[in-house]
Amino acid sequence: MVYVKITEEVISANALASRVRSDADGAIVSFEGVVRDNNAGKGVSYLEYEAYAEMAEREMAVIGSEAMRVYGATNVAIVHRVGRLEIGEVSIAIAVAAPHRREAFAACAYTIDAVKERVPVWKKEQYADGGQWLGSQAEDKGKPALPALRTEC
Amino acid sequence: MPTKIEPTTGTITIHLLHFAMNRELLGCAEEQMTLPAGSAVADAWTLLVARAPRLAKGSRSQMVAVNSRYATLDQSLQDGDELAFIPPVSGG
Repeated sequence: MVYVKITEEVISANALASRVRSDADGAIVSFEGVVRDNNAGKGVSYLEYEAYAEMAEREMAVIGSEAMRVYGATNVAIVHRVGRLEIGEVSIAIAVAAPHRREAFAACAYTIDAVKERVPVWKKEQYADGGQWLGSQAEDKGKPALPALRTEC
Repeated sequence: MPTKIEPTTGTITIHLLHFAMNRELLGCAEEQMTLPAGSAVADAWTLLVARAPRLAKGSRSQMVAVNSRYATLDQSLQDGDELAFIPPVSGG
């Protein structure tokens, strides 16, 4: 089973873990991503998250299926929150159930890595003196360039 | 010399979604765009950059989705398609 959701509501990791629980599985691994008060040596006031919700849920469902097929998970649940999140709040929770711990750990690690790599969600760090979208530091990593661009109006 | 006359093929209208830094640079979250029939994803990008030249800085790192699935620049667009350029993602 795969459960995915983009939400503006507070995330309950406990509720998510109960979604994946089954009598046939001996291991549940949970992950919570938490808003921290600093990044790259700079104080962070809060984060703004934004998602292409329909596509994000589709991509998360694909990732959950991969975690089952490739890593042996039985059930995978992924919830990502959007909107303004304060320091200490949970931005993403993942719960994975599998027959044994190794599959559960591996599937959970795969899931969060894949979400960060390809699910269309963005965060903007807000500082005392402005804000900045993250992710731009991934520019120019050998991806094909979009075509030569005209700039005249 | 005979002048070659291109057949009239009409236009298509697509629905564009803008996210994160793209949304801020373009000043809106969504819009309609009318293009010549047969246009590809890259043609829409060229028009957007003409309007907001600072988008060009991130050209190399954008991905693109047509109807909420990852697509390529040379994919041709159909009337009614939903198109979104995807700046570097930073979820989690």
